[in-house]
Order: sequence, then structure tokens, then C-alpha cells
Amino acid sequence: MNRQSEAPLYEALLRLRENRIVPFDVPGHKRGRGSPELTAFLGEACMSVDVNSMKPLDNLCHPTGVIREAEALAAEAFGAAHAFFMVGGTTSSVQAMVLSSVKRGDRIILPRNVHQSVINALVLCGAVPVYVNPRTDRRLGISLGMSVRDVAAAIDAHPDAKAVLVNNPTYYGICSDIRSIVSLAHSRGMRVLADEAHGTHFYFGEHMPVSAMAAGADMASVSMHKSGGSLTQSSLLLCGGGVNPDYVRQIINLTQTTSGSYLLLSSLDLSRRNLALRGPEIFAKVSRFAQYAREEINAIGDYYAYSRELVNGDSIFDFDETKLSVNTLDLGLAGIEVYDLLRDEYDIQIEFGDLGNILAYISVGDKTKNIERLISALGEIRRLYRRERVGMLESEYIAPCVELSPQEAFYAEKTSLPLEECEDRVSCEFVMCYPPGIPIVAPGERVTGQIIRYIRYAREKGCVITGPECMDSSRLNVWKGSRE
Amino acid sequence: MDDLWYSEYHTENVRFSIRVTRQLHSEKSDYQRIAVYETPEFGRFLTLDGVMMLTERDEFIYHEMITHIPMAVNPDIRRVLVIGAGDGGVLRELAKYDSVEEIDLVEIDRRVIEVCREFLPQTACGFDNPKVRVLIGDGIRHVRRVDNRYDLIIVDSTDPTGPGEVLFTKEFYGSCLHALTEHGIMVNQHESPFYAADAQTMQRTHRRIAQTFPLARVYQAHIPTYPSGHWLFGFASKGLHPLRDFQPALWEALGIRTKYYTPHLHRGAFYLPKYVEDMLADNE
Repeated sequence: MNRQSEAPLYEALLRLRENRIVPFDVPGHKRGRGSPELTAFLGEACMSVDVNSMKPLDNLCHPTGVIREAEALAAEAFGAAHAFFMVGGTTSSVQAMVLSSVKRGDRIILPRNVHQSVINALVLCGAVPVYVNPRTDRRLGISLGMSVRDVAAAIDAHPDAKAVLVNNPTYYGICSDIRSIVSLAHSRGMRVLADEAHGTHFYFGEHMPVSAMAAGADMASVSMHKSGGSLTQSSLLLCGGGVNPDYVRQIINLTQTTSGSYLLLSSLDLSRRNLALRGPEIFAKVSRFAQYAREEINAIGDYYAYSRELVNGDSIFDFDETKLSVNTLDLGLAGIEVYDLLRDEYDIQIEFGDLGNILAYISVGDKTKNIERLISALGEIRRLYRRERVGMLESEYIAPCVELSPQEAFYAEKTSLPLEECEDRVSCEFVMCYPPGIPIVAPGERVTGQIIRYIRYAREKGCVITGPECMDSSRLNVWKGSRE
Repeated sequence: MDDLWYSEYHTENVRFSIRVTRQLHSEKSDYQRIAVYETPEFGRFLTLDGVMMLTERDEFIYHEMITHIPMAVNPDIRRVLVIGAGDGGVLRELAKYDSVEEIDLVEIDRRVIEVCREFLPQTACGFDNPKVRVLIGDGIRHVRRVDNRYDLIIVDSTDPTGPGEVLFTKEFYGSCLHALTEHGIMVNQHESPFYAADAQTMQRTHRRIAQTFPLARVYQAHIPTYPSGHWLFGFASKGLHPLRDFQPALWEALGIRTKYYTPHLHRGAFYLPKYVEDMLADNE
């Protein structure tokens, strides 16, 4: 029998339910009976397995039983030496990955279009970022992958760096040449860490870009809850053979809850089983949906749903065809405007809209009729809202000017200034549009006029700006001191 | 005879039952469950996903009202698009107009047509009309690719759960508007105002159509086997008014035989009960 058809954690929960153990432990709702309204809302089946760690269910912080078995099966399925079940979102995976690899003062090479969780981890540990400019596509207004040459140059300039971090892929589906980056980094004794928040399916689908583990990366953070089908906030941290998993576990336990949710954990176990058994057919269907939608959307006119034709062998080494990213600029509308119209006028919620693009998340849960609705609604939006392409901000890559490490800046003596007065000051906090959650400015970076214009434009277009202490982002905390 | 009854839940607390002689057919197609029964009172009837679509006894009401109302407002209709309607009833009524030149019928489920052809010849005879072109596929997919082509679109949908859901969306109505000619009319199955869940759909549907079309009106008919028996249809157009542009003399001159529809009834159908008027007014 295929070992992957087992689901030890799920099976242990079923046994627990059958055995009708009398609970004199937490949670206090006691299988739902103490919270009748919540039980009516979520269902008894759900509440009956919202339990605490106990002998037959193992302990996430120190797994020796069914969690360990389930993690071993996940590692096997993903081709990793070790897998950790994570319950704090892929943010927790990314942070554990960074914290396991660099410490205060160490350098880490990374593209600037990383998720905020990466730079948050640098605030926590005090490592110093060395940014590689991701190439940009001016027409689409998006950051791409890292060119291998640029990574090589960063490695030459900082031979003491401890690790290189790679997005595999970016939110938009763009992959760097992770295999070449791995061999380059390993030849200089550096680790390769992969943010695979958007790449779970690379491990199971056919004709997909290479996964981090297959490419030889040392660690990867995988959002099982995105394309993998597990519950929101569940995630996996994968380690290759050269990483000491016991040290990684210690790092994870620095910040991880001691009451890991069995709803999340069992969802990881079951979705791993599902992917291992049915992955190729699931992702073939997703690819078909996305490809059909792309063809239909491109036939509408003015929209550009892009795909593998962008591949250039370097900064777009590969493209994830399951991503339905659509550029809207020729329509005279910002992506975020199309995003809002889809929700407000057509009851269609998509993943995100930025200044020039929208991303519709396609998954195994989709139905043909909903894909048809999305396509038709985009057609309607073009008919009803299209306008001259004027005053659209050409979003260019803003090369960061790093003055302080993220940690130094975050904890530095600071003062709050109106955004308009922050030009040339060093920011002590993040500013980003969420989603996608990629910082426009990160702690320690100099604020430029271009950045201020960008933030104001994004706010006018309706982007949700997050990061600053000031909730409406009209003010920014900047460093009191200076380099002189 | 065995005491066999077919029951449909009109609400959680209301059931409608018909004595059944036998089940003639039952299958699960790619889209839905399809069944045909024989009854002493209503003749044969068709169900999709357990919901009664038509009975031989009262289908004439629905099919006449969804077809002759727009045809009597614009007797010059030449190209017609029918969405859904795999039973063929609308096609049978359209066949009564020599002036209609082209009828495209888009049905998502091929099996509905095949089952109706086998068991419900009373309506499926509509498919014998050589003007009819049958397209199997998604209604919204067809209509969004078409521009300024049809004089009339008849949306003969199921309820908005299941495969018919798309036919109740704003993007669908917008695509219909675009597919219609300058004097185009769209008529749709508009649910019922009586039971709360149906009434909610009815109001949401009216809101979406009224936001999309320059003119949106609602008319009614009495259909014994549909929930509450009181059923609504939508009349939306780019300008033609269902009463002010009504052409009773022209229509009568065609000499079309009907069982339910008359020019008098045409006018009356647009005079709605007060509570229905209020529901609609809240959504305009």
C-alpha cells in the first residue's frame, strides 16, 4: 500500500472522537458543548476535534508520535529531508527559515520584492539585507525574478553573506533560475531559502516550474493553505539534508504557540494526502481553467493575461501557468479599480489588484460557470468603465537606499512626521499595499519623493496601505538621528 | 394503483405533492439530476435536481407568456436567442411566427434535450423547426461573444441554484444588453414574489436588470405547479415599452392560436399586486 494514502494525525483524531474520552482539559468549550452558538455555526464535527495536545495526539512543540509521522509523510511527499507543520501562517515558516539561517549582523541576499514577513524576520534577528534589484517589466509594472548575474554580483560583493532568499514564484507567478542560484550559493557556502508561499503545486503538478527542494534549496516555506487546500494559517516549513532540523525546531519554538490547533494540523495532514494521491490531475485541471480564462480574457481586448510567453531565460526563468495575472493598464484603469468593480458591482472577489494588474486565484475548488462569470464581468467592465489611458502611474522599481539595518531602524529614536515632510529621511517602519504585502519602503530605507508620490497615488486609487503606526498612513515614523 | 406521491419542498415548511403513476426516466447528467414522471392529473412532468420544470398540463401558460408578450410588442422580431429551454416549449411557441428568421437555442445540458425528445414530445416538437440552431454550452459564454445581433433574448432558466446561477448575474444581463439590437427585448423567468427565499431572488434579479437596461418591467402569470402558483417574468428593453409600444392589432392579424395569452391579458399581466409593486420599487 502507498504510504502516502495514510493520514496518521487525521486517523488519531478519528480514534479520539470514537473513544469518547471524558475531557477535563482545555479547551473549555469541551467538544463544543460549552459554546452552543459557536457549535451551531461551525458544526459539531469541527468542535469535537478542536482539542489540546495529549498523549495519543502528540505535541507540536516536541513531536514524537502522530505529528512526527505526519511530518515524515509530508517530507516524503515534498521530497524534503524534514518537514515541519506550522500553525502561524507562512509568515511563521518564513521567519523560522530566516531566523535559523542568519543572526545579528549577518548578511542575507534577497530580492527587494519579498513579502513583509522576510523583512520582519530581519527586524527580529538583526541581520542585514543585501538587496538584489529584481528586474522589472515596464509594460506590466511588476517586479520580476532575480537575474543570476545580479545574484552572482551580490555574492561577489558580499562573500561573507550567509544566505540567499528566492521567491519561487512571485505572487504574479514569476520564477527565477533557482537551480543556478543554488549551485552558485552553495559553491560559496551560502544557504538558499525559498519563499514558496505561492508554489505548493510545484511539488505535485506536471509541467510546473521546479520546486525549491528539487532544485536543491536548503529550506522552503510552503503555503499549503493557498494552492494546497488546507485551512487558512496552516503552512509547511521544509528542510533539505544539510539543515539540522533539531535546531530549526528550537527556533520555531521561540515564537510558536504551545496550543497548536488540531484543526489546522489535521488539515495539513489530509491535504498532503490529497495532493500526494491526486496532485497531477488536480493541477492539470487548474492549469486548464487558467489557460482557458487567459485566452478568453485576451480575446476581450485591452486586458493582457500573461503567461509563458514572457519567459526570457533569466529574470523570468519560468512562469507558473496556474496564476491568472491580468494587466489592466490599457483599459485606463488601475488593477485595484478593476478589483473593486468586480466585488462591488459583480459580487466577484479576486485575490488582489495592484496599480496595474489583478490576480484571480484559480484552484481545484473552481467551477466552469464561475470562470465564465469572471470573464464576462471583465468584458462588462471594459464596456462600461474603460477610459483614456492618462495619468496612470508608471510603476517603476524603486531601488532602495538602505541606511540602517531593519532592526536598528525599527528600534531607533524616531519622530512622527506628515508623509509629505519625510523626503530624504530614514523610515523606521514599513509601508506597503496589502495585498500583495511587498514593502514600498522598509525600516532603515531612505524615503524619496518618488516613494511619497507612489504611496499617495496608491491611496487615491483605493489600495489598502498597511505598515505605519499611523493607521491612515498620513504620517510616518522616521529616524531622529543621521549618519553624519 | 400504488399510493405513490412526488413531493417538492416549496419552502422548508411547505410541500407540494402530485400523485405519480410511475417514473419514466431518471439519470444524473454532467450537470444535474434529470427525471420524468407520469401522473394522473398533470400528465408527464420533468424535474431537474428535484425541482419541477414543467408539466404537460400547465406548461402552456409559462411558454405562451414568456414568448407572446415580447412578440406582440415588437412583431418585427427576426432573430431570437433562447437560453435554457431544453424542453423545447419556447421553440414551439416561436414557430408560430413566420416573421422569425433565426432561432439560436443555447442549452448547457445536452441530456435535457435528449430526455425531452424521448419523453416529452408535446414541447420537444419545437426542435423540429428548421429555423432552430441548437448550441450546447454556457449561455453566458455564447452571449458575451455576440454584439448587436438578436432582436429578442428569452432567458428560460432554472432557479438560481445549480447550473442556472450564472443566468441571474449582472454580467450576464450586461452581456445580453450588448448582444441585442437597437429595439432589442430581453424576457426572463423572474421567480416568484411570494415565499421569502424566492422573493429575495426576485428582487435581486430585478435590481440587476434595472441597473443594466434602460427599461425594466415585470409581469405575472398564474402557474399551478410553481411555488405559490404566482409567477413573474421580466421584460427589459433598450426602449420599447411593454404597454405603450404594444401592437395588439398587428398581433391579432397574425391569427396565432393560444390557450392562455390574449391581448387583454397582456395588459393585465403588467398590473401587479401592491406588495409586489413595493418590492420592485425598493429595487429600482
